[in-house]
Parts: sequence; structure tokens; C-alpha cells
Amino acid sequence: MRIKVAGREAYGYTGARAFDPSRPTLAFVHGAANDHSVWALQSRYFAHHGWNAVAVDLPGHGRTAGDPFASVPALAAWLVALLDALPAERAALVGHSMGALAALHAAAGHPERVTKLALLGASAPMPVGGALLEAAQRDDHLAFELITGWSYSPSDQLGGNPMPGLWMTGNGLRLMERSRPGALYADLKACHDYADGLGAAARVRCPVLVAIGERDQMVPPQNTAGLLGALADRRVVRLSDCGHSLMAEAPDAVLDALRDFVLGS
Amino acid sequence: MAQSKGIRFDTLTLHAGARPDVATGARATPIYQSASFVFRDSDHAAALFNMERAGYVYSRIANPTCAVLEERISALEGGVGAIAVASGQAALHLAIVTLMGAGSHIVASRSLYGGSHNLLDFTLPRFGIETTFVNPRDLDAWRAAIRPETRLLFGETLGNPRLEVLDVTRVAALAHDHGLPLLVDSTFTTPYLMRPFEHGADLVYHSATKFLSGHGVVIGGLLVDGGRFDWDEPGKSAGKFPTLTEPYAGFHGMVFAEESTTAAFLLRARREGVRDFGACMAPMTAFQILQGIETLHVRMPRHVENTRRIVAFLASHPFVESVGYPELEQHPDRALAARLLPRGCGAVFSFAIRGTREQGRKLIEGLRIFSHLANVGDAKSLVIHPASTTHFRVATEELRAAGITEGTIRLSVGLEDPEDLIEDLARALRAAEKG
Repeated sequence: MRIKVAGREAYGYTGARAFDPSRPTLAFVHGAANDHSVWALQSRYFAHHGWNAVAVDLPGHGRTAGDPFASVPALAAWLVALLDALPAERAALVGHSMGALAALHAAAGHPERVTKLALLGASAPMPVGGALLEAAQRDDHLAFELITGWSYSPSDQLGGNPMPGLWMTGNGLRLMERSRPGALYADLKACHDYADGLGAAARVRCPVLVAIGERDQMVPPQNTAGLLGALADRRVVRLSDCGHSLMAEAPDAVLDALRDFVLGS
Repeated sequence: MAQSKGIRFDTLTLHAGARPDVATGARATPIYQSASFVFRDSDHAAALFNMERAGYVYSRIANPTCAVLEERISALEGGVGAIAVASGQAALHLAIVTLMGAGSHIVASRSLYGGSHNLLDFTLPRFGIETTFVNPRDLDAWRAAIRPETRLLFGETLGNPRLEVLDVTRVAALAHDHGLPLLVDSTFTTPYLMRPFEHGADLVYHSATKFLSGHGVVIGGLLVDGGRFDWDEPGKSAGKFPTLTEPYAGFHGMVFAEESTTAAFLLRARREGVRDFGACMAPMTAFQILQGIETLHVRMPRHVENTRRIVAFLASHPFVESVGYPELEQHPDRALAARLLPRGCGAVFSFAIRGTREQGRKLIEGLRIFSHLANVGDAKSLVIHPASTTHFRVATEELRAAGITEGTIRLSVGLEDPEDLIEDLARALRAAEKG
């Protein structure tokens, strides 16, 4: 769907379903240099099971024009503007990596708007290594290669994609290559600079699901301890033999966790 | 300085797409010889049918053994995914019908495998798809042939049988300037010798019957998507590929280019192409091709080494009029081959004798180790006379334009001891020369 958010056109994937204000809404938020398509399976499921599923392209990503935003709070404000535009008075937010930080900040600032929050591959803070940041700043292809190397479990680096016929790491690499120049750096810098993660987590009032890939090298599992400690009402799903690309590496497990969480009381 | 940690080509030939079987621990890829796969429950069944979950339904659409092969060739080519089909011809057909319908147009190299030429020149026009054939070396001819209704540029990495080297970089750039993809038949080169996506190609296919499987025991095709082409780029490709950019009534209104940013082509090809045309690969075939690919990085250097020895022998033989191998000084594509094919120009090439058609027949029939048959890319050495076999439906004028004469003989050099192959050729040449 095409929708004006804060006066500028944006794109959201809806599983070929029209937005229906009478249905509950679930917004999916992608990570750095990604787009809506990382949520294809999970968002499509909800779109065909009674929900408005909106997998957005953040500004400067995928089919949404403009420059990437420079900070997590700016991304969070955009998500709230998205809810206004849909319109969805209340929604559940599902975010991955940078998208998880944006969803976390939005939920903290607008507890009346967010019914549930799912954070995948997230930590607070979310520091990014100097070598990666520098490569991204140069728009050096090495940055994409480093992320590809760190984003999948060792066994998934060799394939075995649950989605028949797709080469998982090649697909992830190509998706990042299609991002706009400067987008990866803007995204990584926003993650690196975001200092309010633990404070935001403490302000969240809704139930939170945290999904952790136990072989995640982008956001190592041990880095999530602070986030887990700050969340009042949280449940944790740990996915063994799974890296940072949880939705691709374990699509069914992620969907099952989301479904149980979203549909549960 | 940080370095990327990508797994190298030779390791991928053995491991990409496969992992030990979870159920049994089997190290070799199991042959999932099953037509269908059991659903966990009704919701799981519906979700699989509607592409809400990953998995298997029916082996015409996808099969776990075939999926390992699809991942492996994608990894070796540097693509995003692939579809295994019944033959190389099925791969070419699948690529075309996924992208276009009646009223569309293709620009193709004139130097093609005879079967590809048949499909484009004789069969597809009956379904409203026309092709203009051009000299693959003439970029202006490629450009001039593009029409508003053109949807695809197509060539072979090494033209069949004269080994014109396709300037993938320049033809791809031309295609992209017009908002069009470039499809490349990479059968002769395999990803060991060239990875066309690195030079700008958008889609690659193989007759896996040849060097990939490597032993002449199966028929199979592989169609690989590079994942870079933007099917909906404003001012370029937008509006040209409605099969990918508009809702498809045959799959719940899915817009494939929205469903997947990188693999829209593959989604449509699988969800419509193999579903409806049905040219799927059998799992046993996929297993045999996987066995072949495991030694691709060992076999291809030997194929090339043997070929170089034989090319050198033939090039200096007084009864041989010409040898068409791009590494030779006189070959017009020598510099291009050095750039695109630094590891070698494959193991299939043609030569012509200074003799009559009858002497050509004697030569072929005098060979003892080379097998006279219609195939290439076998571990065993092969020989054929294109004018009377693979290209016999091609008009004489077209044959001449493709550089094929009555005396042209095509070899596919295998993995035997090269001295035995040279002795075989020397003996047959002597017999032919005597007349």
C-alpha cells in the first residue's frame, strides 16, 4: 500500500490485502539497509489471518523515498505518524535489529498506542564496531560482506534455507546491495548512537516478546541481558543454531513465537 | 583491517545448500523420492499453499533434494536462488515465459545451441514471441534490434560451436540502458570459468547435463536469478514486466516484485512456471548433478588443460585449416577471453579440416577414444559434425553467419590422458587425409 506519512509517501507491504480499520493492526519494522521483504512470510500469515499486517519500508529504504533518518527517536516518531496515517489508534509493533530499537522507543513514548511489542535481534545499547562503521561510511562493499558474515549461524552460512531454492546469504547480501548509498551508515550510526534503550525499555507498559538468535554475531546474545532486565513484562524465545537473520533462518519458529505472543492474553 | 569471511568457491561446490540429515545423520544429501509432504495440520497446509510458511507441498513445485542443488548453483554463481528443471531447454523456456507473453520480442545472439535456436526461431513465434538474431560481437546490432516490445537480451557465454565470447559486460550495460535484463546460457563455462552475474548478467541458466553433472548420465537444467535487476524501475523497466509488477490472479493477487525485492522472478517462475508448465527435475537427477558438482573445481582445470594440449596439436597440424579457440592468437575474441575467462575457455571447440565433407566423415569414424554423439561436457571425450546434426535445421546462410561450414568438427574434450587423445586424433587425421 502507498500511504502518506507525515506528508510524504511511504510504502507498506500488506500481503495483497486492503487495510481494514475494523481489524487489529500489526506493524513490522525492518533493520539496517533492509526493507519490508524480510518479513514476507510472517507478515503474509497475519495478513491472511484476520490482521492488518503492514510491513513498512522506512524512509530512504525500499519503496519509500527520501533520506534515511539519522536517529532512533526520529524513526520512532515516524512509526507513530504511520499509525496516525493508516489510521490505527492502537497497534502491535514487531521490529528487527534497528527496527526493534525504533519500535521500542515508539512503545516507550506512546504506551497508549502500542498493544504489544516484539523485539527480534535487539540489544540496548546496540554498539556497532568501528571497522564496520568505517566501511559503511565509505559505502565500501566490505560492510555488506562483514554483515553477511556475522548475520547467519555457521551452519546457515552453508545454506539449508527453509525456503526452497533460495540461497540465504546471497539473498541477504543482494538486499543490502540494493539499499541507497549512505543508508547502511545512517542506520548503523543511528543504532550505535542510541543511548536511551534501557530507559525506553523501563518505560514500556505493554507485554514484550524478545527473540534471540543464539548464534547471533551482530547482536550477541549476551548483549541482550540489560534489555531483558529493564523490561517489566517480557517473555523470551531463544532460537538455537540461529543468527541475526532470524526471520530467514527460522521463519516458522519466528512465526510461531509471534503468533503465540500476539494471540495470547 | 576487517576482512569479509565468505566461504570460498571450492568449499561451496561440496557443501553449499547441504547439511547432514537431521533425521538420520546421513552425510550425503538424501534423495527425497516423494511426490508429496505431510502437513502438520490444516493451518500448516493452508499456510504452505499461501506462502506464509516455508516448506514443501508437492515435488513438482519444490523438492528437498532439488532445493539443495538450487542453493548450490546459486552459491556458486553468486545469485539469490535457482530453480531446477527438467533440462536446459526447460530452463530457457521457463525464463522466457516468466518474463513475457504474446507480442513480446527477444534479441538473441546468432551463435546459439541448435535447440535454443529452434525454440526461438521456429516454436515461440507460434505463441506470439518473436526473436531477432544478431552477431554477438556487434554491439550496434544488439542496440539496433531492440524494439519497444523487447523484453530480453539473450546469449551464450561462449557461442556454440565457434566460441564467440559474449561481451557480457557491454551487452548487459546496453540491456540495462533500455530497462531490460540479460539472460546468459553459461553451460560451456560453468561458474568455475565465469560467473556472469559479476559482469552484469541478470539471469543465468545451465544445461546441467553437461559439465555440472559432468558424466553424461542425466538430463537437467538450472535457472539462476542474480537478484540485482529492478523489474519496476521508473523510466527504465517500469511497465515492461507486468508478470512481476502487477497483481497475479493465479496466486491470490500476489505482486511478486513487492513480495520479494530480490527474488521476484524466481517466485513467479516457481509459483506459475513450474506449477503450470510442469517441467520439474526429478530428485534422483538432482542428486546425480550434486555428485558431479562436488568435483567441478577438480574436473574443470583438467578439462581446460587437456583442451589446451589438443588445441595446440591441431593448430600446428597441416591437414587442419582452422581451430576456433579463444586463447589462440588469431581468435578475434582473444583479449576479451583473457578478461572474462582467465581460467580458460572451456573444453568444447571446433576445428575445420582442409578436406571434403567425406573426409570429415572419415575423420569422425576413424576416432577410437572420442565418442561420436550429440552431447558435450562429459568426462569422456566426444565429437560431432554440427552441420549434419545439432545445427541441421539451421539454414545454410544462417550456418555461414554462425561460422559453421560443412567441414566444421566439434570436440568436447574429456578427462582422459591427453596423449591418448592426441594420438587418437593424429591417427584419424592421417586416415582422413589419405581420403
